[in-house]
Amino acid sequence: MTGNIPFLVVGVVFFLGLYAVLFERNMIKMAIGITLVEASANLLLIVLGYRFDGSIPVFTLAGEVKQMVLPTPQALTLTAIVIGLATSALLLSLIMMLYRHYGTLDVREIRRLRG
Amino acid sequence: MNWQIHLPALVLAIPLLGAFAAPLAGLGGKHIRNAWFIFISVVTTVLTMLLWQKVAAGGPAVYVLGGQAWNLTLPSGLTWPIRIVLEVDAFGAFMAVVGGIVALAGAFFSLRFMEKFSGLDKFVSLYFLLVTGMLGMELTGDLFNFFVFLEIASVASFGLVAFWRDRPEAVEASFKYMVISTVAAMMVLIAIGFLYGRYNAVNMAAVGQMLHMGYAEKIALVFLVIALAMKCGTVPMHMWTPDAYTEAPAGVTCLLVGVSQAALYGLFRVCFSLYGASLDSVVVPWTIIVMGVLSMFIGVSMAVIQKEIKRLMAYHSVSQIGYILLGLGVGLLALRDPQAMADYGFTAMKGGIYHIINYTVYKGLLFLTAGALYYAAGSRNLNELGGLARVMPQTTFMFVIAAAAIAGLPPFNGFVSKLLIYESTFAVYPILAVMALVTSVLTLASFVKVFQTAFLGPAKAKFAHVTEAPGSMILGMSILTVVIIGLTLFPTWALSHLVEPAAKALVDQAGYIAAVMGGGL
Repeated sequence: MTGNIPFLVVGVVFFLGLYAVLFERNMIKMAIGITLVEASANLLLIVLGYRFDGSIPVFTLAGEVKQMVLPTPQALTLTAIVIGLATSALLLSLIMMLYRHYGTLDVREIRRLRG
Repeated sequence: MNWQIHLPALVLAIPLLGAFAAPLAGLGGKHIRNAWFIFISVVTTVLTMLLWQKVAAGGPAVYVLGGQAWNLTLPSGLTWPIRIVLEVDAFGAFMAVVGGIVALAGAFFSLRFMEKFSGLDKFVSLYFLLVTGMLGMELTGDLFNFFVFLEIASVASFGLVAFWRDRPEAVEASFKYMVISTVAAMMVLIAIGFLYGRYNAVNMAAVGQMLHMGYAEKIALVFLVIALAMKCGTVPMHMWTPDAYTEAPAGVTCLLVGVSQAALYGLFRVCFSLYGASLDSVVVPWTIIVMGVLSMFIGVSMAVIQKEIKRLMAYHSVSQIGYILLGLGVGLLALRDPQAMADYGFTAMKGGIYHIINYTVYKGLLFLTAGALYYAAGSRNLNELGGLARVMPQTTFMFVIAAAAIAGLPPFNGFVSKLLIYESTFAVYPILAVMALVTSVLTLASFVKVFQTAFLGPAKAKFAHVTEAPGSMILGMSILTVVIIGLTLFPTWALSHLVEPAAKALVDQAGYIAAVMGGGL
């Protein structure tokens, strides 16, 4: 049972993020929601690759061990973190420009495109 | 050594080089940069065509990145692939050709269209990154690599949609697109995590070989279908499409049409090649069919009431995506039943795949003509435009061809693919074919409206100074016009050489797996 707790955390964080994206009106809070969704995806990958009593997945440094933590999810997560950094930076700069144009962070008032 | 074996990698490497060397070329001044822009676009398009030719002659091409040998998919006697493998079958190569054509047309068009603006080095960089992302999604055989290219394409397109950042609407459209797209991409990543957790593999062929339906697979499938449907703009998640397509510069909109096709490609690659025979229920096919019908109908009914020309066209692309989903959804429905497949399923898939190339070229052309109107007359509002056929005869001619093709008037290419879809969906449920026909009529109605208000009518005094669009823009539009006329004149050739191999490759899950895993299933 305790082994499943990380997966529960992943689910909770994912739905918190999704809730923020769908229902928050402040754009900064939506951005936080998106980073939460990203964090849950990264956490899921890391948890999937973890093995109890596993050592670091570097063959020359691990010494005499029976099992290692899986290296692939760590590589995937690193890539995903870098991509997340790029999207977060761009997202925040777009929010900044929107604030300059409209003078508000409320998505209900940023509605020139409709219909 | 024959250099053609490196084609799958070259198709991705050349535009990537183009992207990162564009600021360097920009140092040499405007002409060097423009020459670089055109040179790399032409080379990329030629390479996609060579790749298609190679795949058509020799079956699925695989390419191992970073391995000792390009074809060593299973190194050191392992039974699963560990490196990133590019895998190009006839469907992927077909999509790459379609993407290459619109990228070339958009590049020629953008030369003059964007001339007045600053920051063009970055524009060229982002344009090529978008091309790389689009082609990468279509050529890769690796789930995680698919996600990376999806994000490359997304980030580049956010930048391009917001390129006119002085316009509040452009930034707003980009923000909307970004929120939806980033959540979708993260859902793709979570789905990949689920599949990796079950099978310790991220290679599509390896996962496809081992896949057995269970809870984890079902969750992953739901996430993938929702996320990719969001990315290609089908109806419940279509809100970003009209905004992003309207606000992006016209050359970029033309390319974005190709990029939405890459998401569509991902959707069908997942359904057919990854899950394929394991899809034992009709829920997923029917979900795709229902999304398709809703997109067709809601998209076109929203389009009829629009007053802005690019927004009207953007709603039409929602509706046209619906046709493709309908065709391929019916194919997916018939996948497990050889009799149904022979009766109507394969025809539906041919129609859907033929509609992909038709839709991409005529919709790209329509967006370019709208851009030419905006460039020449300075307005996109249908209430203000009028009488432009007198001063812009070439643009008018190309608009008429594209509009006739999208409305499915015989003998244009849109008619052929729509006819295949009507025929085959009628066998499933007549109401589907009726909806598709009604959509087609409404499409015709709204393009008659555009043609009548923007091009016909008395000459207006304020458009007296308007002249024909400049040469490079006409050239960009003519590329797509030539493709439309070619497909119109030779539908049999296109069906038997372009479309049928692609449809066969999509159905043939075992062949897709065997190309990487060696041997049969």
